[in-house]
Amino acid sequence: MTTSDLVSALLESIGMTDPHGLSDNTARIEVHENRVVGIKLVPGLKVEAEEGDDGVAAVISVEAGKRLEKPVHICFGVLPEDGKQHIDLDIRIEENAYASFLAHCTFPNAVDVLHTMTAAIEVEPGAHYAYFERHVHGQHGGIVVAPEARVIVHENAEFTTEFELIKGRAGKIKFDYETICHDRSVVEMTARINGRADDTIEIHERARLIGEEARAALISHIALRDEARADIFNDIIALGDRARGHVDCKEIVLDRAVAKAIPMVEVRNPTAHITHEAAIGSVDSKQLQTLLSRGLTEDEATDLIIEGLLSKKARWTNE
Amino acid sequence: MNLLSIHNLSQSFDGKAILDDLSLDFREGHIHAVIGPNGAGKSTLANTIMGLHGYTNHGGDIIFDGASLQGVPVEERARRGITLAWQEPARFEGLSVLRFVGAGSKRKDPTHIKGILELLGMEGDRYLHRSVDRTLSGGERKRIELASILAMEPRLILMDEPDSGIDVEALEHIFTALRRLKEQGATVIMITHSRTVLEQADHAFLMCNGRLRDKGPVAQIGRYFIDRCLPCAHINEPVEEEAKA
Ligand SMILES: Nc1ncnc2c1ncn2[C@@H]1O[C@H](COP(=O)(O)OP(=O)(O)OP(=O)(O)O)[C@@H](O)[C@H]1O
Ligand SMILES: [Mg+2]
Repeated sequence: MTTSDLVSALLESIGMTDPHGLSDNTARIEVHENRVVGIKLVPGLKVEAEEGDDGVAAVISVEAGKRLEKPVHICFGVLPEDGKQHIDLDIRIEENAYASFLAHCTFPNAVDVLHTMTAAIEVEPGAHYAYFERHVHGQHGGIVVAPEARVIVHENAEFTTEFELIKGRAGKIKFDYETICHDRSVVEMTARINGRADDTIEIHERARLIGEEARAALISHIALRDEARADIFNDIIALGDRARGHVDCKEIVLDRAVAKAIPMVEVRNPTAHITHEAAIGSVDSKQLQTLLSRGLTEDEATDLIIEGLLSKKARWTNE
Repeated sequence: MNLLSIHNLSQSFDGKAILDDLSLDFREGHIHAVIGPNGAGKSTLANTIMGLHGYTNHGGDIIFDGASLQGVPVEERARRGITLAWQEPARFEGLSVLRFVGAGSKRKDPTHIKGILELLGMEGDRYLHRSVDRTLSGGERKRIELASILAMEPRLILMDEPDSGIDVEALEHIFTALRRLKEQGATVIMITHSRTVLEQADHAFLMCNGRLRDKGPVAQIGRYFIDRCLPCAHINEPVEEEAKA
């Protein structure tokens, strides 16, 4: 395949049939296996990518004070049934810059695919960075996804991230994000995952609120069916004056699935405050009864409740 | 013609009779009001007619459109045309008003759903894509509940306190909805504590302590609001002798 065919095939697998649907002033980066197959930059966005044996290392930065009006479209994928892809990212959103990234990770035919990512992200003072990652997997569970990110969010900066895996089999997910939150920073990390068959999901989300008035919300909404299994570890530590944290863990567990949530909240400053909300189990009876009383079958009602649970949480700029 | 007939219905929880040998008839195409003090068993009656989980193990029989509802599950009752607007409707995080109202709707197109919301005095564009979650006010959620009922075009609607938490202006829209249901030929059973709402009905029933205390025209039953209560035993006290009297 030529590189432009690969770009088309990648975009088609994520339901974007017209790659030219993205207007000329939209920044994009497409990576297939270990090759950068497409790239388009806009003023203020810098990308230096290096192709390696089993992946790509990229240094991405958004220039101080620049505001990228449109989300940067990123697509990582492996189209064949097997393969390995490691993405190494070094992301810096410079002072007072504003950027959102919309990433698609696509492995539509995976039978034996390993996708790993290590990211070091720094959101400089006053900067805003939103990262949305949507996974498109096939119907075979032969995929292992292991992203790891270390994030530093400086004073008055904002970092929002949302991980979505709703279509196709989750496979094996091991997700590990840690943020260090400085004065008056705002962090929101959301994971929305649909697991079935023998999918296994492991999520570690940590926020260390070291700055005064730092705020963080860790949100995991998971639906599990069949023999799927999820282990969710959400940790918030508050050290800063008047730091605020919230953990929201909701999991719907059906069939023989197993869910485990291990929240860890630690407050080391008497002016700080952390709340924790967890609901794990079958669908809510009142919601179910309401939908049954509108004539839906139990399966239809359950699907609709799960659709709500897994719907987008953050306010994203137009895709 | 009676669309719904209740024969000797009894329901008890924790050994206490909540509905006690209740027999009532509801006429097709008419609006019926059920009134009575807190704890009289009004919601229990509605939930039992709907066949909600936990309410199916009752004595007596419920006949809808000529057939007993014994052993008929909620979703099947709904498919036969029975539905319930809850006293305290459930919240659905992440589910849009459009999806929620559309779920049981005969027609799913957004313009249709929008029209129903507007009938209830809610601007379609403002609400269609909002989530049916805790961010909706109590009155907004109640009206969305009614929208979802109207969209279903049901034959029998159980409305559990459609007016609770509703301001006077929104109440007018609820009355519009009632008229719409009546035009569609639907039969309505509404539970209320409001005299204004009662006055919208064609017939009324007064319940106390799980029993039927009185039935008849609205003007007659409406005296309850003036005299406070017809002479009857109070809640949690035996009613036997009094009922025979
Ligand atoms: N599932 C239940 N388990 C135990 N007791 C119940 C249950 N449902 C209702 N009850 C009791 O039955 C009685 C009647 O309740 P119900 O909700 O039907 O009253 P109501 O007439 O609707 O009152 P209100 O006007 O306050 O809404 C109450 O004493 C209530 O506590
Ligand atoms: Mg009640």
